[in-house]
Amino acid sequence: MERIISARFDIPNADQLDVYLEHGGYRALKKVLTEMTPEQVIEEVKKSALRGCGGAGFPTGMKWGFVPKDSPKPKYLVCNADESEPGTFKDRQIMEKDPHGLIEGILIGAYAIGAHLAFIYIRGEYWYLKEKLERVIDEARQGGYVGRNILGTGFDCDIIVHPGAGAYICGEETALLESLEGKRGYPRLKPPFPASVGLYGCPTVINNVETLAWVPHIILRGGEWFHRLGTEKSGGHRLYSLSGHVVRPGVYERPLGYPLKRLIYEDGGGIRDGKRLKAVVPGGASSPILTAEEAESATLDYEPLAALGTMMGSGAVIVMDEDTDIVRTTYSFIKFFAHESCGWCVPCREGTRWMVKIFERLLRGGGTERDLEMLVTLSDNMFGRTHCPLGDAAAWAVGPAVKKFRADFERYLTRRGAVAAD
Amino acid sequence: MFSQQAEREIDRLLARYPRKRSAIIPVLFIAQKERGYLSDDVLEYVAKRMGLTYLDVVTVVSFYTMFYRRPIGKYNIQLCNNVSCMLCGSEKIQEHIERKLGITFGQTTPDGRFTLTEVQCLGSCGTAPVMQVNFDYYENLTPENVDQILDSLP
Repeated sequence: MERIISARFDIPNADQLDVYLEHGGYRALKKVLTEMTPEQVIEEVKKSALRGCGGAGFPTGMKWGFVPKDSPKPKYLVCNADESEPGTFKDRQIMEKDPHGLIEGILIGAYAIGAHLAFIYIRGEYWYLKEKLERVIDEARQGGYVGRNILGTGFDCDIIVHPGAGAYICGEETALLESLEGKRGYPRLKPPFPASVGLYGCPTVINNVETLAWVPHIILRGGEWFHRLGTEKSGGHRLYSLSGHVVRPGVYERPLGYPLKRLIYEDGGGIRDGKRLKAVVPGGASSPILTAEEAESATLDYEPLAALGTMMGSGAVIVMDEDTDIVRTTYSFIKFFAHESCGWCVPCREGTRWMVKIFERLLRGGGTERDLEMLVTLSDNMFGRTHCPLGDAAAWAVGPAVKKFRADFERYLTRRGAVAAD
Repeated sequence: MFSQQAEREIDRLLARYPRKRSAIIPVLFIAQKERGYLSDDVLEYVAKRMGLTYLDVVTVVSFYTMFYRRPIGKYNIQLCNNVSCMLCGSEKIQEHIERKLGITFGQTTPDGRFTLTEVQCLGSCGTAPVMQVNFDYYENLTPENVDQILDSLP
């Protein structure tokens, strides 16, 4: 399989402008600015069936198409580099090893929607990457690729790298906008969607790092080519973040529709220490857990994973071996969601904390059958009742885990019996 | 209130964004770097500098975990305990650091050298377990290399 988005990852110094140019860099930008109208760019991306790689999987071309063309307001492009979905570490690879590829994608996206200012909202913990991107943008500016009159075509676009400060919720696009406006990162009610009312009330597109980094490749080789690499509804390849109990964890570029089993056993080298698989979280902490049996036939694509009751998410595959205690891993996830809940919606704020308390009781050995029922009830009642997806994600991290791995949970109940007998 | 360089950097940031208020997070990072933490008088000053109220600033500060309202250790050891790290033994690393330094999460050593903080996923799941010491990443941790890392800090 030809590697595309990760092709430059192994080239030494591909993060430097001259090396990037030697390997095809900024050719797509030049093509777009000299040969294509913004409408043609959007059309090409629509043809590619590229879907957002941050988690929601919304078709990118369609998102760009929603930006009103006749609006007198300035338009903004925001690159979401707030990568914080547990299990996900792919965007970091792009920014580290092929940052100009991201910058080129941002510039093309900005041209397509008519933006002259773009932002990269990067999580504060990636401070070294913030500094790196600032250097890369300066280098691109000196080369005539960023700033005024790019490549002599009259197109202006500047890029600001903006740090977050440790809040998972700011990866949600409207919370990100609030944060970028200098406020607390509370998600906004939708509609209106950011494409019409976004940053400073102006039309705004927010795209994930990987999504934007795919764009130059689509421009150079065509939307249809990209579409054919993937499946009917989802074009191209994805960067999968593989972690947990595998021999070779890491970021792998593989097509949409790739068998989960192959990723774990062929690419990842199988389960560590010759153990057996117990469970897989296929798309980051927000995606419901799969049993080993379900993982057997799963393919990494939106619709097939949805049919299994889970989701593609950010492509972060977390592998758990037979010795894994699902109660402890689920506790870790729910502690995460409780910590990161912004507190705005009651079902999420109270539900996640309530669940944490139940888990702590279970782990202490004081849990009862009713606690397990309550976890499922809470999960059912949080789902769909919050105005951003964090509440759903928290519900999904717990409900399916209790149902599918009930034996793990019941062990804690019998342990309590043992404690009582002592 | 801050060094000349910091004040210049703040001026640059305030001029950089379409709306000044957007600069609040980067400005607060500068303030924190200058003072170590964000005391009330620092927040008052940042508010005045940005044309905001104290309340505007303090409500932002309290939302984000990377801002400190109290002094912390010279080295903030931020250990990830999320699932991928946990599967790769982060709890052992936690126990090791706790024993070594005699502190638990949220505490600072009496000499003010180390603070131990539990953090959420740092995006190093393929090289777990991971910790950040201030802004520096340390990956593939073992009790042995943790000793080395912590002992070699200046």
